[in-house]
Amino acid sequence: MKFGIVVNEGPYQHQASDSAYQFARAALAAGHEIFRVFFYHDGVNNGTRLTVPPQDDRNIVERWSELATENELDLVLCVAAAQRRGLLDEGEAQRNGKDADNIAPGFRISGLGQLIEAAVQSDRLVTFGD
Amino acid sequence: MLHLINKSPFERNALDSCLRLAQDSHAVLLFEDAVVAAMDGSAQAECLQEAMNRLSVYVLGPDLEARGLPKERIVEGLEVIDYDRFVALTCEHDTTQSWL
Repeated sequence: MKFGIVVNEGPYQHQASDSAYQFARAALAAGHEIFRVFFYHDGVNNGTRLTVPPQDDRNIVERWSELATENELDLVLCVAAAQRRGLLDEGEAQRNGKDADNIAPGFRISGLGQLIEAAVQSDRLVTFGD
Repeated sequence: MLHLINKSPFERNALDSCLRLAQDSHAVLLFEDAVVAAMDGSAQAECLQEAMNRLSVYVLGPDLEARGLPKERIVEGLEVIDYDRFVALTCEHDTTQSWL
């Protein structure tokens, strides 16, 4: 079965990102496909590579990046939500005259259309948020 | 339809609204902070027990454990599940509704 997953909350603030990650892992382990994980609202904060959590805590961002690499997942940050919160890839940084980008490996920035497409293309869309 | 409830019933009324509107044969999963609703003897217990006459109600085990809530003290008849079963439930139901 094909899954679309939506994450609406940032890391370490709410359990949504943890729940979504555990759900995604279980789905992949069961042989399902994840069409896309869409990070919306504060959820875009899951995609910054500049987080440095304590060593004895889970690294939520890195965990998503690794899962994406291992399973060729499509992790998408909503562009409007990302711009408001200072989440930039190289192209966005250039376009907006910023001196750095901070997007984590495995993530990309795109529009809300990607969420609509995920809803259309997936057999199930599961939303995690507050 | 699978209803996903992640709010404590002592914080918000998502569970109440869901149980009122869910139709027979629908399923309800309590996870994150909503797992406290599963505890026997709480103000919600009776409501939940009544709902279980017509709905399948599940509670996510890892979220009970994370909060130190013992499985032995949940409402009788509630099924404790893991993430694998959570995924399976989303497959068994055509749609999933998150009560955010």
